[in-house]
Amino acid sequence: MTSAIQVHDLRKTFGHTVALDGLDLDVATGEIHGFLGPNGAGKSTTIRILLGLIRADGGSATLLGGDPWHDVETLHRRLAYVPGDVALWPNLTGGEVIDILARLRGGVDEKRRASMLERFDLDPTKKGRSYSKGNRQKVALVAALSSDVELLLLDEPTSGLDPLMEAVFRDVVREFRDGGGTVLLSSHILSEVEQVCDRVSIIRAGVNVESGTLTDLRHLSRTTVRATLARPVDPAQLSGLPGVGDVLVAGDRVSCTVGSDDLGRLLEVLGTHGITALTSAPPTLEELFMDQYRTTSTATS
Amino acid sequence: MTALAVPARQSGAGLTGTTSLLRLAARRDRVLVPVSAFGLAAFVALSAQATFALFPDLKSAQQGMASTLANPALVAMYGPISSLSIDSIATLKSVLLGGVFLALLAYVVVRRHTRTEEEAGRLELLGAGVVGRRAALTAAVLLGTGAVLLTVVLTVVWSTAVGLDPAGSVALGVSWLVMGLSWVGVTAVAAQLTSSTRGTAAWSLGALAVAFLVRAVGDTAGADSPARFLSWLSPLGWGVKVSPYGENRYWIVVLGLALYAALVAAAFVLLERRDLGSGVLPSRAGHDRSPVRTAGALTRRLARGTLVGWVVAYAVLGIVLGSIAGSVETFVDSPEVADMLRAMGGDAGSITDIYFATELHFAAVGAAALAIALVTRMHTEETTTRLESLLATPVRRTGWALGHIVIAVVASAVVMLVSVVVAGLVHGADVGDVGGTVARLVGAALSTLPAVWVVLAVAMLLYGAVPRFTGLAWAALIVFLLLGEFGDLLDLPGWLIDLSPFTHLPALPGGTFAAAPLVGLTLVAAALGAAGVAALRRRDIG
Repeated sequence: MTSAIQVHDLRKTFGHTVALDGLDLDVATGEIHGFLGPNGAGKSTTIRILLGLIRADGGSATLLGGDPWHDVETLHRRLAYVPGDVALWPNLTGGEVIDILARLRGGVDEKRRASMLERFDLDPTKKGRSYSKGNRQKVALVAALSSDVELLLLDEPTSGLDPLMEAVFRDVVREFRDGGGTVLLSSHILSEVEQVCDRVSIIRAGVNVESGTLTDLRHLSRTTVRATLARPVDPAQLSGLPGVGDVLVAGDRVSCTVGSDDLGRLLEVLGTHGITALTSAPPTLEELFMDQYRTTSTATS
Repeated sequence: MTALAVPARQSGAGLTGTTSLLRLAARRDRVLVPVSAFGLAAFVALSAQATFALFPDLKSAQQGMASTLANPALVAMYGPISSLSIDSIATLKSVLLGGVFLALLAYVVVRRHTRTEEEAGRLELLGAGVVGRRAALTAAVLLGTGAVLLTVVLTVVWSTAVGLDPAGSVALGVSWLVMGLSWVGVTAVAAQLTSSTRGTAAWSLGALAVAFLVRAVGDTAGADSPARFLSWLSPLGWGVKVSPYGENRYWIVVLGLALYAALVAAAFVLLERRDLGSGVLPSRAGHDRSPVRTAGALTRRLARGTLVGWVVAYAVLGIVLGSIAGSVETFVDSPEVADMLRAMGGDAGSITDIYFATELHFAAVGAAALAIALVTRMHTEETTTRLESLLATPVRRTGWALGHIVIAVVASAVVMLVSVVVAGLVHGADVGDVGGTVARLVGAALSTLPAVWVVLAVAMLLYGAVPRFTGLAWAALIVFLLLGEFGDLLDLPGWLIDLSPFTHLPALPGGTFAAAPLVGLTLVAAALGAAGVAALRRRDIG
């Protein structure tokens, strides 16, 4: 399997702020790779280095086999970028911007342009200043998808889209992957990543915390159990159980997390207090995410 | 957004947070406002001092002014002179022009903190916090008003201090107050009507241009022409009608305050009727396709509107310059005027040549401003992050920057040429030698360009090397202008005055042409520009 993006020990400092502190990232050709992290984790900095907008202080980054800082012209013919907060020229229409960006990249695929405009339900005759945030993002997405590229770098591209358009976005990205393309999708919207990504890298404070497929990562995490009990339970009793954590007791309600191996034991104990309501949620990526932060912050502090 | 408006209405005035917004706005303008206020006050005080020095006795001044007064082109530019007193002569140029500059300052301040903020989405950020719906507009109006008041007070005090009549100086203050406050109101309304910074600029500056023209027509109309009344329809006309150092009509302040109050009230009413981010006027639909294929073509497309405006403005300037030139000939026997023009920049040739050389140097400063505006667009592209989208395509930074430099070089040359060709046609028709006049003026205009290039290169260097100081290019231009205007008057050392590229220009037409300074300026410009582009290539974007 070849790599579309290979980043090793990448470092970048802005003044006194360390944005990237030895980041590793490996995106295989032909996959949708989720790039997860909270605001300020270094996602955008990484993408900006990959785009040759800023220069890394240390480490290496290889993009489509080339050097992002030096091979700008050749690399940029093969990729398209959609920023999280799309700024348009106030007096150019969306259609004009789509044409301009796609042409600068090498040409407009007329069929794709028309179909993307229709699927994203975008009016291309409106001026840049009159588009909402979501519509500005659609303009950038249509522009990116109207050119013939191998790699999409998407930096939180759906933050302004409504759920219907997010679904369109997911379909479009999957089709792009099925056609042989590679996608790096940075996001802090976990459900989005969960639904489309083949593999995920989680970063925090400029370093890679975890990489793998969702199944790889899921076993690491814990199920959340919420129950309403007939008779109150002593929080200490629950905390004392193997594999149980984050115990919260409020009156007759209790919530805690538990590793999948210890779920049975927990339910037995709760049962002795008379369960009147019970929910058990498998770990969502969100919790996985929080879990990763917790582990690393305890590890580092 | 309407959801935001509801609690604001319920809570009463919707002014919560005005103080913090005002403090934030004042902090952001802590250089712009005081420097402009000081500059405008200095403009009045120092040019009055310069006039006192030029005309030691009133009689020679009146002699020099007699023919000037009769010239409609000058009246159109500066307004009618208020009286034949030396104070009046000393402030002829500054009353109306200063008032227009003050209106521009008011416009810049109000626009910056209303529509610009809204377009950048920063108001949305603020609006989501504990800030009332009316707070941003209130803060902007207060700051604009404060800037006008500061300028007026400083100017009145300074003019009195240099020996201008105190009562007249207060009238000058009233005149400026009327013009400045009117544009606080006009801009506040424009920011509500349109949905973009540019739209606001178009309405507010358009209103300024119309007000200027209306009063120019009124002021130059014959004594018994009904058109004289037009001056009373323009706030700039009111400013002139105050007649500082003449009739001192203080009561006109009432007109200004009434208009100010009405416009500000209208702005608040309009604010209630629109959503955040939009304007009252709908924006029009445009083309769905673009023929643009290169980054350079995009730069040209984006600059189009600005260029058309400047070409029109410089064509008008050409008409004014060309029509005044005829009457300059008529006071060729006044040595005082010749001295004045020589002191202002021209140094050889006939009085008409000196006049043209002087005015062309001023026009070149304007062309340099255009060059700065076009080059610093790169900074705007970068701060709005639009540059990222462009540089994510195969466009190279160097090519993109060169595209801006080329358009700035071409545009500044074009506006200069337009103005001298028009001036040459007008004046040439007057003296019966169109071809010769145009040719001489074209040569003179071309000779000013190397100084424009130096200013352009300074802007490029600032943007390339220290982008957050890009705005200093404007400060540099103002310093160059002041060094040329007042350097000799203030007895500044020669090396300091020589820092301005404009002082190295030959006095053409009429003077002797010297290639060396022009080659020198060109080389300096090339070196600074190249350094700027090289710095841009190496640095981080964004």
